[in-house]
Amino acid sequence: MDSKQLYQEVILDHNRKPRNYGRLEHPTQSSEGLNPLCGDHIWLHVHLDGDRIDGIAFEGQSCAICKASASMMTAAVKGKSVAEAEALVDAFRGMVTGTVDPATPGNPIGRLAVFAGVKDLPSRVKCAVLPWHTLHAALDAQAVASTEGDQDPMGTAG
Amino acid sequence: MSVTPIRQPAVDAGALDVERIRADFPILRNVHPHGKTLAFLDNAASSQMPQQVIDRLVRYQTHEHANIHRGVHTLSAIATDAYEGARRSVQRFLNAKEEREIIFTTGCTEGVNLVMHGYGRKFIGAGDEIIITHLEHHSNIVPWQMLCEEKGAKLKVVPIDDRGELLVDDYEKLFTERTKFAALTHVSNALGTVTPIRRLIDIAHSHGVPVLVDGAQAVPHIAVDVQALDCDFYAFSGHKICGPTGSGALYGKAALLEKMQPFKGGGDMILSVTFEKTTYNTIPHKFEAGTPPIAAMIGLGAALDYVSAIGLERIAAHEHALLEYATEQVTALGGVRIIGTAREKAAVLSFYVGDVHPHDVGTLLDEEGVAVRTGHHCAQPVMQRFGVPATARASFAFYNTFAEVDALVAAIRKVQKLFA
Repeated sequence: MDSKQLYQEVILDHNRKPRNYGRLEHPTQSSEGLNPLCGDHIWLHVHLDGDRIDGIAFEGQSCAICKASASMMTAAVKGKSVAEAEALVDAFRGMVTGTVDPATPGNPIGRLAVFAGVKDLPSRVKCAVLPWHTLHAALDAQAVASTEGDQDPMGTAG
Repeated sequence: MSVTPIRQPAVDAGALDVERIRADFPILRNVHPHGKTLAFLDNAASSQMPQQVIDRLVRYQTHEHANIHRGVHTLSAIATDAYEGARRSVQRFLNAKEEREIIFTTGCTEGVNLVMHGYGRKFIGAGDEIIITHLEHHSNIVPWQMLCEEKGAKLKVVPIDDRGELLVDDYEKLFTERTKFAALTHVSNALGTVTPIRRLIDIAHSHGVPVLVDGAQAVPHIAVDVQALDCDFYAFSGHKICGPTGSGALYGKAALLEKMQPFKGGGDMILSVTFEKTTYNTIPHKFEAGTPPIAAMIGLGAALDYVSAIGLERIAAHEHALLEYATEQVTALGGVRIIGTAREKAAVLSFYVGDVHPHDVGTLLDEEGVAVRTGHHCAQPVMQRFGVPATARASFAFYNTFAEVDALVAAIRKVQKLFA
């Protein structure tokens, strides 16, 4: 893995100009995501209209991989149903941990495939996956998601 | 028993011949991250091992291994001699008065925990106070917090200024009649600050307070003389000074060690055991329960002998030149914030490139073959003091070169370009 493949223009662009960055006025759910090992720390706010994500925003302090991942995630799940968003969470986690081939027919990963290279940088998997943990936690009405300990939904991810 | 002499490191009078020294470190030529020449600048996390120490480990395992302090057979005697010989190497290295003042540990963390359990739990009680500094590594914070929680004691913290230097006047004001212990770092792992440890110890002693020094980052760079410092305890790790992981030592004044309770119970730390009563062994064995990592400690002895033969004064001079050059070159790049600008520093350069997160910096530097540590360096209070979640940290050893500093600077320039 050449990390230059990872730090490509699309990721650098989302890091520079993150989409959906900030807060929602009346979120129906919010969750805090924390990677205690590297200090990535984000807050995710979601507005559900019935079963549909009609508003989503994030804020926080994180590395470029985490911020770009959060930015592209919010863009990807906005307007989707909870079930569609959860399917994307699974697809993303599977891709960056190397357990699911993003090229499998029917895989919903789409443009998020730019993060595929993360799976070859074990120390950075958690950076990419943190926003997705946090989204899963928010949709599940959990207050906190962490890449470590009891709150790590993937066990010993990364 | 026959002793094969260990090959001495290549040393001439005067300045270090770094190329000859590098020839002793096989890993420096064996590894090419991403096809690049390795610039290993993560020595504050763990240093590399010279062939002389590797050979010593191999000789032990191939010619000398048995359990120590037990059998009457030949191999056990050889192993015991080698193990106790390593203890004398540590004693010489720290200039301890007596061999029995050296306790082998698995590293600095265990040394601090040993003092917390052996001294702290016996002599510190409710309402007592323990002083630490804002520069401490988590391993010299958490054990004392655990003790405070257990005993109802209070932790007091010496503040630092914007350079990362301790505020000595504030330190002195922290002492009260309830102050029972001070646990102070000699060199900050995150910033490189060298503390005025002799003065800090004198101040503590003027209040009748014993001092533990965390020397993990100091021993690879500064000649330490525990008698001249008059510290009560001095802890360090072997793997930061060219020795194996799982090796380390704690120095303690004999009178204090004798008063302390054992840290771990088991074999080797007893004189006699019945179900009614156990009589503990004399120091240092009282604190060395169970079969230790014998090979690791013998490797530690060899590492200290290796470093001593090169000479810590010359090591310090070379590293200081590297640090000065690196500081100057990194500053010249513009847009790089150096965290930790104490007037007296060990060879540590913690930095922040623009607003690029250190983890991105670390990944991109690795791409160029430059190994640095990124993160909070197990010193989160230091990070909080400077308002950063993490830093990238280059830390130099005596085998590092000016060309490696150039590689670091060139790699940082690439990061700046990518994130421009």
